[in-house]
Amino acid sequence: MRRIGVFICWCGANIAGTVDIEKVVEESKKIPGVAYAGEYRYMCSEIGQDMIRDTIIEQNLDRVVVAACSPRMHEPTFRRAAESAGLNPYLVQMANIREHCSWVHKDEEEATRKAVALVRTAVAKASRSVELFSQEIPVERRALVLGGGIAGIQAALDIADAGYEVDLVEKSPTIGGRMAQLDKTFPTLDCSACILTPKMVDASSHPNINLFTWSEVEQVEGYVGNFTVTIRKKARFVDEEKCTGCGDCFEKCPSKVDSEFDEGLVQRKAIYVPFPQAVPNVPVIDKENCRWFVKEKCRVCEKVCEAEAVDLEQEDELLEKRYGAVVVATGFDVLGLEEFGEFNYGKHPDIITSLEFERLVNASGPTGGKLLRPSNQEPPRNVVFVQCVGSRDKSRGKPYCSKICCMYTAKHTVLLKEKYPQSQAYVFYIDVRTGGKDFEEFHRRAVEENDAIYLRGQVGKVFPEGDKLLVEGVDSLSGKTVQIEADMVVLAAAMVPRTDAPEIARLLTLGTDAHSFFTEAHPKLRPVETHSAGVFLAGACQGPKDIPEAVAQASGSASKALGILSKETLLSDPCVSKVDESLCTGCLMCIDVCPYHAITEKTIEEKVHGEVVKRVVAEVNEAVCQGCGACSVACRPGAMNVKGFSNEQILAEVDAVCL
Amino acid sequence: MSVAREEHNFEPLIVAFCCNWCSYAGGDLAGTSRMSYPPNARVIRVPCSSRVSPNFILRAFQRGADGVLVAGCHPGDCHYITGNYHARRRLSILRRFLGFMGVEPERFEVHWISASEGGKFAEVMTEMPEKIRALGPNRKLRDAR
Repeated sequence: MRRIGVFICWCGANIAGTVDIEKVVEESKKIPGVAYAGEYRYMCSEIGQDMIRDTIIEQNLDRVVVAACSPRMHEPTFRRAAESAGLNPYLVQMANIREHCSWVHKDEEEATRKAVALVRTAVAKASRSVELFSQEIPVERRALVLGGGIAGIQAALDIADAGYEVDLVEKSPTIGGRMAQLDKTFPTLDCSACILTPKMVDASSHPNINLFTWSEVEQVEGYVGNFTVTIRKKARFVDEEKCTGCGDCFEKCPSKVDSEFDEGLVQRKAIYVPFPQAVPNVPVIDKENCRWFVKEKCRVCEKVCEAEAVDLEQEDELLEKRYGAVVVATGFDVLGLEEFGEFNYGKHPDIITSLEFERLVNASGPTGGKLLRPSNQEPPRNVVFVQCVGSRDKSRGKPYCSKICCMYTAKHTVLLKEKYPQSQAYVFYIDVRTGGKDFEEFHRRAVEENDAIYLRGQVGKVFPEGDKLLVEGVDSLSGKTVQIEADMVVLAAAMVPRTDAPEIARLLTLGTDAHSFFTEAHPKLRPVETHSAGVFLAGACQGPKDIPEAVAQASGSASKALGILSKETLLSDPCVSKVDESLCTGCLMCIDVCPYHAITEKTIEEKVHGEVVKRVVAEVNEAVCQGCGACSVACRPGAMNVKGFSNEQILAEVDAVCL
Repeated sequence: MSVAREEHNFEPLIVAFCCNWCSYAGGDLAGTSRMSYPPNARVIRVPCSSRVSPNFILRAFQRGADGVLVAGCHPGDCHYITGNYHARRRLSILRRFLGFMGVEPERFEVHWISASEGGKFAEVMTEMPEKIRALGPNRKLRDAR
């Protein structure tokens, strides 16, 4: 007979307010196998945990049930308490009488009855639980950082500074990301390049950081501590070792296309460096637009390169690397505005997005920082800024707030006034949100010192008239319609994840929300972790955020990654699949359903009637198996089982529920 | 079973298999959000909806459950990548099989409830007992006891 101890938590009034604790204790004592039942006000507190430990020893308990909150909350806590009494931690089961009972039911009698049933179910599971042991798995003490924007750079620097090697993989030809495109940063008006480029150089010159620009992750296998990642280093067609960065090649290149870095406001060549401060400062040939690759004529770049660095025969390289931890910092895109016909975006050069404005006002941008109208290269006088284009818009855009637009628009009005004191900024807004250190003060400055006119309302229509743009909107505070003759219209388009975010999520088995932002393991208490152990999030790939938040999150994820890298071994979760070889018929149906390729076939030798016979059975790699249990259901002879969620345990739970 | 089983005061008993990552967490969120729903269902936590064997469901009906619910992550969002696709295929066949055996397939529901859908969890927990109540107690598969 088992000696099961049941510990019932009041959780203050959270449980005791709806559930009759005394009654649950009394009923628990009647369950066969229960040797002890007790209660305490806060089981998770030190006193509560001590009570569990001492009672296990005094009462000689062999299984423990804690009826308290969700096991997702405190299962590790109570497992540790049991372990301190010398009991195997996997002999502890929890009954969730808070989230699934006291908090959702109002009637005390009903809630108490359900609590007793939940305890009975947990006791049934506990009585069939067995000792489980974690395995030690070695840790590959290197990190991968995906994305070379400010978040990725920060994470890589933090990990590298702690003494571990980092590979920083960036899809585009240079690191720097979105921040490199910006002019000034709110609310201090620090020049973005002045604070970013030194960090880019730090990252490229750090002895522990290997940069892989113009590279993409193609495949990820493995698990925390032991990821194997295939990186595609796309052909650059320029030898990074030989190139001196002189720029002769793109001077002479005859093919022109819209520059991604300048948001299409100007053109770049087919062989190009996105911007002069790019790291590495090595050009790349864009195959789709290069005359040689399209028409097999040209090779001008090759001819002019004195260093003989241009190599048109270069091919993509596939590198296989191993890592212990991964930081994902893939950043954001700007929402496409095809759905927003009223703004006529794309139909007139003076109707631009905020990111394009950022380039126009930037000293290294298309107008050399003069901020001129793209249509006629004249200074603008009236500029209309439209907020929440696609943000907070359930019907056509995204329901969320993009968070940074209120502040960068305030910044834009300040920059506009700085350049052209005679100019006038108009801002159409829904609400102005300035949560952040010094943010509200900055916004007030835009309104009070720079006379930006803030109009609460939406813009109905923007259309060209003569060489001006007519903006028709509503000022909802006065109830009047407003018509503004503008020289430029700037649209604060919503922040969205990179288009390949779903693909990254698939590779790393990350969760995403409805908008493809990666989801963190817990919105409050585990904001940088994901449900894939060993994979962490930084920056706007997790949700809209500004630079300081992205940097803080990057340092957070770096410290989480370091938590793994600083260990030589990790303990694996023992709740994984297990084969009973005596039952396995070798049908190998389990291999097909396993998403982790954790099951392989193996040949065993058996003695049957004195003869040695060979047969094939399935074998689980416990370090790779994540314990989903798909194989256990696919298994016809019932040879496959999941430790911690075994068939016997679940059937016992079913029986106990239906008792 | 302490839920009243008398015909005139029939309270259905529902066994709910919830995956640890989405639906169980959705249930936790319903709790932390203090949503209210009737206490007919008892949740059994499983790692993934693909862990739920048809065997467990039939056992529940045999032992007298009036309804069985399996809840997992939304298709495409499985914590174990493809688990819920396996579950979807297996369980849709099981549902037909139940009908073939003479058990109302409506007694068996599958829902995709994410960790952020506390509201949906509460909704399913509220609506399912109502539907089962209309069907009456499960007699077809229940062990003669």
